[in-house]
Parts: sequence; structure tokens; C-alpha cells
Amino acid sequence: MLRVENTELVPVEFSTALTNQFADIVSRYPEGKQKSALLPILHLVQAEFGWVSARAMDKVAEYLSIQPVEVYEVATFYTMYFMRPQGKYALEVCRTGPCCLVGAEKIMDHIEQRLGVKEGEVTADGLFSWRGVECLAACGFGPVLQIGPEYTFYEKLTNQSVDQLIEDLKAKANN
Amino acid sequence: MGRKLLLEHINVPGINTFDVYRSKGGYRSVEKALKQLSPEEVVEEVKKSGLRGRGGAGFPTGMKWGFLAKPEGVARYLVCNADESEPGTFKDRYLMTYIPHLLIEGMIVGSYALGAKTSYIYVRGEMMPQIRILEKAIAEARAAGFLGKNILGTGYDLELYVQPGGGAYICGEETALLESLEGKRGNPRIKPPFPAIAGLYGCPTVVNNVESIAAVVPIINDGGEEYAKLGIGRSTGTKLISAGGNLAKPGVYEIDLGLPVEEFLYSDEYCGGIANGKRLKAVVAGGSSVPILPANLFLKTAAGEGRLMSYESLSEGGFATGTMMGSGGFIAFDEDQCIVRNTWNFARFYHHESCGQCSPCREGTGWMEKVLHRLEMGHGTMSDMDLLVDVSKKIEGNTICPLGDAAAWPVASAIRHFRDEFEWHVSHASEAVTRNYGLAHYANPLPKPEPAAS
Repeated sequence: MLRVENTELVPVEFSTALTNQFADIVSRYPEGKQKSALLPILHLVQAEFGWVSARAMDKVAEYLSIQPVEVYEVATFYTMYFMRPQGKYALEVCRTGPCCLVGAEKIMDHIEQRLGVKEGEVTADGLFSWRGVECLAACGFGPVLQIGPEYTFYEKLTNQSVDQLIEDLKAKANN
Repeated sequence: MGRKLLLEHINVPGINTFDVYRSKGGYRSVEKALKQLSPEEVVEEVKKSGLRGRGGAGFPTGMKWGFLAKPEGVARYLVCNADESEPGTFKDRYLMTYIPHLLIEGMIVGSYALGAKTSYIYVRGEMMPQIRILEKAIAEARAAGFLGKNILGTGYDLELYVQPGGGAYICGEETALLESLEGKRGNPRIKPPFPAIAGLYGCPTVVNNVESIAAVVPIINDGGEEYAKLGIGRSTGTKLISAGGNLAKPGVYEIDLGLPVEEFLYSDEYCGGIANGKRLKAVVAGGSSVPILPANLFLKTAAGEGRLMSYESLSEGGFATGTMMGSGGFIAFDEDQCIVRNTWNFARFYHHESCGQCSPCREGTGWMEKVLHRLEMGHGTMSDMDLLVDVSKKIEGNTICPLGDAAAWPVASAIRHFRDEFEWHVSHASEAVTRNYGLAHYANPLPKPEPAAS
């Protein structure tokens, strides 16, 4: 299922602004428990680079003074971390029961057709990718989708509102 | 109309800010607890209230607090479980979005009662907007002297942090949550030792759901005995119900426990009936893992009594004819829904979310998903239903954490109550992929048809 991409050639540098944020997170935990910062730091890395590469994970391990495998095993366990590059806007549609009762499957079909790429693939212009995800805890407002890294939420989707959203994002990207 | 304890001020403009929240009597419970009560007295009030854990298990919160070990010189922790991911449940997201200070206030009182100097709110990673809302609320509370060193001059110190998860249902299980908070994979721990003895970083820890912690605020303000007057029997107080699925008015409702199910489902004050004037086919009353019930058994118990929204009434009849309160994730299915497809969907969810630690769950959930998929797609056989029941029985009770049970129950209950629909999927395979089975006899006696939602 999840696979760590071979990206040895992609260099990864963490800016000072980013490592300052890391340090702030590490300060929340008792002395010697800096590994607790791993999940929040991986979120920051993904927000910065769009996904979590093997090189980035190695750097995180170095920063937290833990073994690289401790980062790999965590990053591959949790579904929010992308192990390969995504579109600039990664649409994540809830595909679990309550949302399906109100039409999530049709919304996913529509997105697939509208973007012209299958689940997990990236559009040629690099702007979009999409996938179905499990329950997003918004069952009363379904169908729903979210877009990282802010995880903005779009509720009560219809084919029209999805089209509008895609157009808005295209316009935003071109500005 | 029932009394609102948690959502009383939810519609006040700006209630998400400290100043407005405070002007509505917010943070009174912190003043009362820290200045007038000892930590033991706070725990005593919660015990008296009869509050039961709102995350799904329904274990008495006061008793959980009472179990906390208090060895000298060892840190203790209160961790809030805001990893809300049970399909059907969205009350915690609602509460954190609109009235974040209620949770912060409850966390301060709870931490004081347990003697915690550092507390964490573990929020599922997908709720980044809520994480930012909580962080802002924490900063406001700190600026007003309700967090940090020497709170309100009482000498009590508390730091409160928000921790994001990474998108894993299993981290809603308390020991998996603690593993995750330690920066590891969310694999549940073998118990004992329970978190009350060895939890976060091996220290005594209490893990409570968002709603349980929020409920501590009215309990301290009005007293545990006052809280216990609401509700019915051992189901005291109010409960947030996340109502979703094919309802005219889905949303989060605060109800007095003991409200008749029929009133909750059909009255305009709550769900307003089934959407588009359709009829009710089935209900999942407490989040996807509790047994699904056909409409007739949901509205009335097997003995013919009207069911109530309470822990006891919903579980009346055991698993043969009853269900559970769970987390209050209420999912209504109208007559057009396919039970086989939905059961497959839930089985896929549990397969996806199984952490893979225990073989019965790791292998069994995938097996059930495969069999249900072939039934839904018209390739099933008549022996598949018995196979599913057999697999579900072999998962149930044979795993470290309750995810195995949670995966087994929806499948077993769907076959128990809707076996003829499953059999129809086999006997009418080509038809089953183009149309749904419909209402059949499940709603017998039929609930009264509702006028179409305007």
C-alpha cells in the first residue's frame, strides 16, 4: 500500500523559521521526551514541502535524535502523511457510510471525471490530486472534502459546488 | 425543551472569544474549584453527578478519576481525547469549533482535580482549523490568568497544549492515543497496566473525551447532585447527539438522557423526521460500531415499549434486539439505502483502520470486507452470510483493543436483522447491482410517513 519513494536526489533543507517552529513544539514535552514532537513536526514538513520524502524524514530523525526508522514507521502508519508528491491542492473526500448515504460516491465519480485523473494521481498541470479518505467527523454536513495543509473544509457538496471550488482554486493558483 | 448545559450559549455571537464567554459566566467553575474546593472534593462532585464517559464506552468518569494512582514525585497527566473519528460522530468538532473555552475550562478543573501540571488535548490531525481555534483560546485564557503559573493566585500551575494526530481512527483508543502522543505508531497497549497506573510516559494518566471534560463545567458550577437530577436512571445529565444520514435536520443536538427516541427522530425541535418525506429503514444509534437496528426494533423494544435515548433503554434486549448508546453518533437510513452496501462500507472502514497488531482483526476485517464486496457486487453465495457471522465471532473478544469488536458488531447485527436482504443479493444477483431491496418488512409497523421537508 504505502511505499517510501526513492528520492535520494531531492535535497531537503529546513529553514530557520521551520526549525524554530520545531523547537517550540519540542518545548511542550518533558525533558528527553522530544519524540512526542514527531507527528506535529511531520505535519509542518508536509505543509512546507507538500509531502514527506525519505530525505526529509532522515532530517527529522536527526533533529529529534532518533533513528530514521522510528520516523518511517510513524509516517507510513498515519494516513495524513503523503509518501509521494501530490497536486498543489490535494482534495480528500470522505467516503465512509454516513457521507455515502448522502451521495459521497457520486461526488467522487464527479471529481474523477472533472479532473480526468484516477484516485491518487496528479493532474498534468500539477495542480490537483484527489483521494477518498475515511470518516472526517462531519457526518451531518456531508458530503464533505478537505484540502491541506490548512485542512479547509467544504460541506454539503454538490457537483456544482465542486466545479466552482475547482475553478476557484485554479484562479487562485494562477494569481 | 430540555435544559441545555453545554450548548446553552452556543448561539451567542462571539462566544468563541474569551471576553464574551467570560461575560456569560464562563470560567466560574475554575474559580469555584481552585478557591473553594480541594481536588478530592472536585472528584467527589463528578462521582456524585453519575457522569458516564461520553466517548463511547460509558464508563463512569468520577470512578475513572478515582482510580488514578498518586505516587510521590511522579508527574500525573490529564489527556483529552479529541480524536473524534467514529463514523457518525461529529459533536466534538462542533463543540471545539463554536465554544472552545468550555473545553479549556473543563481541562483546567479536571487537571486541578487530578493534580496534573501539564495536560494535553489530542486532536485528530484533520481538524487543523479546530487546533488553531483551541490554541487561540488557550492563549486568551493564559493572558487572563487562567493558565500558566499561580492560576488566580492559588498557587496552582498548569500548562495546556494541543497535540495533532496523524489521521488514524485507532488513536481514539486511549492507549493507542498515548502511544501516538509519545510519537509512536498508534498500536494499543496490552492492559493492565491501565493508564491510571502507567499511561503517558509511564506516569499515571486519565484520558477523557471532549464532551466528558466539558460536562465537568456544569457539574462543578451547579453541583454533582443537581446534574444527576437530569436524565433517567443511571443515564444522568445531558448528551450531545450527532444526528446524520437521511434526516430532515441533521446536526448536533443536546438532549436530556431519557428523551423518547420517536420524539428525537420526528419532532421539529430535533431531527424533524426523515429527509424528503421518505420512510425510515434502519438506525445506527451510537456510531458505526454499535449494532444496526431495523426501524421497528429501534422505535420499540422487543417487548413493545417505546425506546428512550438512554444507555439502558438503547441496550434493552442485548445484542439480539437492542443496540448501544455509544458515542451518540446517530445515523438514519431511509428506505432507499442498501444495507449490504453500507455494511461493506463499514467493513472497509475497519479494515483500513485496523492497526494490524492482532491477527484476528488484521486478517478478519479484510476477509469480511472481501466477502461483503462480492455480495454487494452480485458474486456472493448463500453460505457467505454464515461465513461472515463465523469470522465476526472469531474477531470479537480476541483482540487487544475494542476495534475488533467494533468491526464485528455492525456485520453480525446487519446479518442478524437483514438476512433476507443479503440473501436477495445472492438470489437476485443481477438485479441487486441495479436496484436496492427497499423497505421490506423492517419498518413493520410502518412509522407514519412524514411530510416532505420544505
